Amino acid sequence: MDPLRRNLRLRSRLLQATRDFFLERDFIEIETPLRVATPALESHIDAIPSGSGFLRTSPELHMKRLLAAGHSRIFQIGPCFRHGERGDLHNPEYTMLEWYRADANYSDVLVDTKTLVDSVARAVVGSTSLTYQGRAIELMPVWDYCRVRDLYLEHAGWDPVANFDGDRFDRDMTAKVMPAIAQGRPVIMADYPASAAALARLKPTQPEVAERWELCIGGLELANAYSELTDAAEQRTRFESCARERHQRGQAVYEIDEKFMRALESGLPDCAGVALGIDRLAMLLADASRIGDVMAFREELS
Amino acid sequence: MFSASDLRKGLKVEIDGAPYVITDFSFVKPGKGQAIYNCKLKNMVNGSTLSRAYRSNDKLAKPELSNRKFQYSYADGDDYIFMDDKYEQVTLSAAILGDSRHFLVEDTEIEVLYYRGQPMDVTLPTFVEKAIVDTEPGVRGDTATNVLKPAKIAGGYEIQVPIFINQGDTVRIDTRTGQYSDRVSKA
Repeated sequence: MDPLRRNLRLRSRLLQATRDFFLERDFIEIETPLRVATPALESHIDAIPSGSGFLRTSPELHMKRLLAAGHSRIFQIGPCFRHGERGDLHNPEYTMLEWYRADANYSDVLVDTKTLVDSVARAVVGSTSLTYQGRAIELMPVWDYCRVRDLYLEHAGWDPVANFDGDRFDRDMTAKVMPAIAQGRPVIMADYPASAAALARLKPTQPEVAERWELCIGGLELANAYSELTDAAEQRTRFESCARERHQRGQAVYEIDEKFMRALESGLPDCAGVALGIDRLAMLLADASRIGDVMAFREELS
Repeated sequence: MFSASDLRKGLKVEIDGAPYVITDFSFVKPGKGQAIYNCKLKNMVNGSTLSRAYRSNDKLAKPELSNRKFQYSYADGDDYIFMDDKYEQVTLSAAILGDSRHFLVEDTEIEVLYYRGQPMDVTLPTFVEKAIVDTEPGVRGDTATNVLKPAKIAGGYEIQVPIFINQGDTVRIDTRTGQYSDRVSKA
């Protein structure tokens, strides 16, 4: 069978297994708008305009509005769009899985993630022992849990928590840290510097780091998770500083999503969420080196 | 100007006043971090290479490059005279032509790459035919082995040919490598 055909069958099983996983655990599948009035403000994510608004870069803000409205276990699988992201691991249009739990923190959703990876690997490829790009990978039972500070001290020789430097942080992540941890089992990079918190809350006992983790397997960055920031005032401050930063770099500055802010002000329960790239997980399970190898139609627009 | 998101393999850009072609390209972006556009580049004038990592807001200049086609007329010492289809003459030096000058055949069409109005590089047809003007006599019966011997082509340049080639034969030469390709006709 030709590889794309085989990979699309695998992808279909992956989508099915993912839905089964969440539905069995009392999550409900929801859909939120693809076209939004304003995208979430993030330092390095650019949105693609659509009509009077934008294509969503992530479903995060709408999903949090549902949490604020009382939904406690929700998941969504759907497309997201990011301007200019095109490479072996990126496509401007791709498929994201996001799930959120009320009354949970980033450790609780790590348990979800590990169980999900275990369960979909068994359902899709019948095993948790894989080969990815020539490297043997044991998805279970051990995941290495590493703190971001320790990873940088060991592999890049500096402490990003004590002295944050965004440029250097990003450069060393791809050049030093990620290659070093592309080992035979999954790695969790946890507790990002507060300056790289994005929408995560700071750790109450250690406010110089944020309750955020990322999952890497075989050199692929698969998922990003937070204990969600629920403090509306703090969120507004972060959005405003992000807007200033974007303005200084000459990037488009998006309006703050006031409907989301009102939901936060009305009260978002303690909650945690994970965003996981379905295409990347399909790449891992299919042993594909390029994202286009697991997509039926690689985006045609340039 | 090019912005970082325009970068891709094969694109020609200008760095520090020299034209470069991107020979290898990869886009990487760590979670929530900045996009990094890794490029390997080759200097189109001297062939030197560099690696550069660009960020989203970096800008690169577009080199002023153009191509013109000429036909080879004749050589005058170290000067080589070409003519375009409007009978306009240009002179290219041996330095610009490099080893290509040995494979020029009268009326051959060549393409000249200009950078900021200065000729910089020439491209010959992939194959040219040249007569062998001097070589040891051919060894009969051995057309299968890979043994080579030196031979002078018209113009005096020496190439390596199989031992069955004789003076007066015409051979085809790959201009990209300067190597013998096959025999076109026998003496």
